[in-house]
Amino acid sequence: MTFSTREIQKRSISPIFWLLFGAGGMLSALFGPALILITGILAPTGTGLPENFLSYDAALAFARNPLGKLVLLALIALFFWHGAERVFLTLKDMKAGSSLVLKLGTYGVAALVSVATILLLLAIGF
Amino acid sequence: MSEPVNAESAVLQKTFELRILRYTPGRDEEPAFGSFQVTGAEGMTVLEALQTIKDTLDGTLSYRWSCRMAVCGSCGMMINGTPRLACSTLLRDLPPGPVTVEPLQNFPIERDLVISVDAFVKKIESVYPYLIPKEQKTVAEGPHLQTPAQMAAYESFSDCINCMLCYAACPQFGENPDFIGPGAMAMLQRYNGDSRDGGRQKRLDTIHGEDGVWSCTAVGICSEVCPKQVDPANAVNQNKTNSAFDFFLRFLRTEQPQ
Repeated sequence: MTFSTREIQKRSISPIFWLLFGAGGMLSALFGPALILITGILAPTGTGLPENFLSYDAALAFARNPLGKLVLLALIALFFWHGAERVFLTLKDMKAGSSLVLKLGTYGVAALVSVATILLLLAIGF
Repeated sequence: MSEPVNAESAVLQKTFELRILRYTPGRDEEPAFGSFQVTGAEGMTVLEALQTIKDTLDGTLSYRWSCRMAVCGSCGMMINGTPRLACSTLLRDLPPGPVTVEPLQNFPIERDLVISVDAFVKKIESVYPYLIPKEQKTVAEGPHLQTPAQMAAYESFSDCINCMLCYAACPQFGENPDFIGPGAMAMLQRYNGDSRDGGRQKRLDTIHGEDGVWSCTAVGICSEVCPKQVDPANAVNQNKTNSAFDFFLRFLRTEQPQ
């Protein structure tokens, strides 16, 4: 009995985007709802949080702390990479445009946001 | 003394209407529906209805079948638009009215309800669907032992009957006929998950391209239509992880694939 072997295909670069997507999905599932609750509802209405919890000074100190910078970068960038993959696959299935246009509009945006976040976090100082 | 009850007449009879997509290459320009009225036992299956049609109404009706008990995987077809096994679909469980029967979606039609399986078989063959022993043992050295936990790691994937319902349901296979597809991925995981097997890298190399595991967008309908609860979507997902790690870890491998 002879088995046919497929020609070994060129390796796809999808794993890079898929891992970013997976990491973002994990983070958004773990921290997304809590972040919405704290920054969207509790902080603006001033309920249940210590005073000055999200005041300008407190937030600035957080963003100037190296660990705080990492947390902010991971949350912002990976959330965007997660969304970019979802939106890209949806638009691709809807045949909303050429692959290059869709990639620029989704992965491109996530890349821009990631770079901008890094620059802003550096500009804000330590 | 009363007369013995005739078992046949005691079964409740019912008439069903089947709309079947017919196509004979060379004769028909394109597939077209033919309608048949079938009378039979109220609990008859779609396959039994097709057999009744072939026996009594139209001997030219073509379809594949063999075991009649959801083991052989031959009688997959679109029943009211859903990929199902004709032998395990009872007509009485379908909504009242005509039942639409079509060949499996996403495959070329050979004749009537018979589709071409050539490309699918090639995909199954391409993932090395057999054990590649980690170490060769002589008979004297005894069998390759396995614990129940080691067996449980791959057992559900070995339940696949190659019925191709998952391919008919998969929108990504519909878009890209070269996509390796859910069934072959389940087959791959059946062997890659086997503790006695040593062919993991060989198989991963067959699926790392765009037409390999990366054509999947995690729709998950393959697992929904699977008549044997094989969960091919899980096999695909596990191998996205495996292939993603392989993408980066390949640089650390000492042995390169030939």
